[in-house]
Amino acid sequence: MSRRNLLRGAAVGAGALTLPVLLSACGNGPGGNKNEVTVGSNASDPVPKKAYAAAFSAYEKKSGKKVKVNTKDHNDFQENINRYLQGTPDDVFMWFAGYRMQYFAEKGLLHEISDVWSGFTGFSDALKEQSTHSGKQYFVPYYYYPWAVFHRKSLFQSKGYQQPKTWDDFIALAKQMSKDGTPVAFCDKDGWPAMGTFDYINMRLNGYDFHKSLMAGAEAWTDAKVKNVFDTWREVMPYYQKGALGRTWEEAGQSLQQRKTGMAVFGMPHPGTQFPENERDDIDFFAFPEIDPQYAQDAVEAPIDGFLVAKKSKNLDGAKALLKWLGTPTAENTYLALDPNNVAVNDGADTTKYSALQKKSAQLVSGAKQISQFMDRDTRPDFASTVMIKAIQDFIGNPKDVDGLCNSIERQKKTIFSSPVG
Amino acid sequence: MALNIPRRAGRRRLRRFSRRDTVVLGVLLGIPVLLDIVIVWGPTLASIGLSFTSWDGVGDIHWVGGDNYKNVFENYPAFWPAVRHNVLWLLFLGLIATPFGLFLAVLIDRGVRFSRFYQSVIYLPVVLSLAIVGFIAQLILGTDQGVVNTILNNHENPIDWLGDAHLNIWMMMIAASWRHTGYVMILYLAGLKSVDPQLKEAAAIDGANARQTFFRVVFPTLRPVNVIVGVITVIEALRAFDIVYAVNKGRNGLELLSVLITDNIIGEASRIGFGSAIAVVLLTVSLGFIVTFLVQELRGARER
Repeated sequence: MSRRNLLRGAAVGAGALTLPVLLSACGNGPGGNKNEVTVGSNASDPVPKKAYAAAFSAYEKKSGKKVKVNTKDHNDFQENINRYLQGTPDDVFMWFAGYRMQYFAEKGLLHEISDVWSGFTGFSDALKEQSTHSGKQYFVPYYYYPWAVFHRKSLFQSKGYQQPKTWDDFIALAKQMSKDGTPVAFCDKDGWPAMGTFDYINMRLNGYDFHKSLMAGAEAWTDAKVKNVFDTWREVMPYYQKGALGRTWEEAGQSLQQRKTGMAVFGMPHPGTQFPENERDDIDFFAFPEIDPQYAQDAVEAPIDGFLVAKKSKNLDGAKALLKWLGTPTAENTYLALDPNNVAVNDGADTTKYSALQKKSAQLVSGAKQISQFMDRDTRPDFASTVMIKAIQDFIGNPKDVDGLCNSIERQKKTIFSSPVG
Repeated sequence: MALNIPRRAGRRRLRRFSRRDTVVLGVLLGIPVLLDIVIVWGPTLASIGLSFTSWDGVGDIHWVGGDNYKNVFENYPAFWPAVRHNVLWLLFLGLIATPFGLFLAVLIDRGVRFSRFYQSVIYLPVVLSLAIVGFIAQLILGTDQGVVNTILNNHENPIDWLGDAHLNIWMMMIAASWRHTGYVMILYLAGLKSVDPQLKEAAAIDGANARQTFFRVVFPTLRPVNVIVGVITVIEALRAFDIVYAVNKGRNGLELLSVLITDNIIGEASRIGFGSAIAVVLLTVSLGFIVTFLVQELRGARER
């Protein structure tokens, strides 16, 4: 049974599965139009959507080519990515750096763009590494946003809180906040927000390299090091908002804005998009506190978003021309002028218009010894979505049973990582 | 009539179809049969086949035998809760929502004031898709901004209606029943309208009280409706999906078999073999109900 025939059979049979592809297959006709590039966008939120539109229209003006953007809901886009790439994908599509990109490169669903990369300037080696899979470049980074502990400046001033440097101070602060009736904001209804806290505690306790190999499936989840992460996390649990599993990240961001909570481990856009424009200057953050001096605050979690070319792209030349432009500082400036919740990846980008928060974010990342992506971007998608989401939610619901939890994760990890990629 | 040939039943020879009849019949029967095979049986058999493989939807297909099933039963923490929730869902709809729908139908049928109004109000949720019911449930039961918690004014220690794994499945079943009850009520109302009033009169003359009349006379005559309602209830319970998916993607206390299947097959995970194994489990459960129902029906048909 050849793969192709089976695929064809499956395509006939899986009408329901191919439906999203059919729905999204409103690209150009056969052969494609050489003067038009299609872009698959997952930027469904209003702020980034507007910013991207501005960036693409700037490219249209400059090149005289047309850019057709197909925007889909953020989560739907991610859910359907496999079928999207095998169906009729757009020429260029938005995606994430790191393992989550390499996974698809490994499967042969992406086009390598090493020739485009060779013309780029202003990207650091770390960025290049995040865009590379087995020696070839696939990804054009566009912007990133750091994860840190966010809070309102005015709240800290009025209550006399100090930004903590170490875990002990952090716990003391959380305790105080909880006493003052503004607990630490916490949410995990969506399944991913709490992953950021896990990643940070893990990197502060065991270092970036351990995070990397744990995510790659090379470490045992039953290791005392991992259990230690959960045990450490449990220390802050009593000071969290109650009912985290019924709260979305938007609601947690709003509670921060309404001064109902004191601080939150978040990515930069999360509070940013929930604050009205005139209050954004009141947002501040501090790096996740140090736990083990050996690893200090070396690692920063800063997921990078950017662009890829699908293997089945119809207009390869057009796609590469667009990517060449998207890798320039100008392209990033155009975008960031309208989306103040992210930071440019290119060294040549104009930082003079940055808000204080953006400047601080850029500093945080440039001072980092290692940059991690995020749990669901540093490991296999099947592991992150079917095992880790549930595991972390179970832990939040019942923080006592760490042993049983770790054993269960380890057993599932073994079965998932034993199936080959590609 | 001159041509009064007596017909002897059972000894008639089959009518010969002309060639044209055969072709027409063949085409008309063939199209639905073909569609049925391609759309229903093909994917079903493909799922069963795939459940013995490991496949990510892109690369090669690896034969793994019964490993997927072993993993589903032993290593997949979400599986048994999902089975429990599906069974609970079925019991809740079958033992609470359905009888309640019948009860309302009987009340309205006996003629309360404003019966039209009640009928419309109770039937209203049926026109909503369950996903919408899920959204409505979130607006009402949200932790920070839900209606109920706002009324209770428990900001310090909110009740986590949808996030607490012990509570949320009950909330969801109540929300699903809200819709299911109206559905059942309308079916029974139609059934009650068709019950011959003379039966009730006869029962009354024989000295039956209202309760006896209902349980001994009216309810048995509703048998066809009962069968339909039973089938609908089972189907609704097994295919429950959209309402929990709308609330929290069917996680954390809202696991259902249908959700596990989509999570594994459709999402970014693409564990098609593993997901198919769960789908086969659900298929087996469904077939159990279908076969039971068919056997009952055929037996009933013979007796009638």
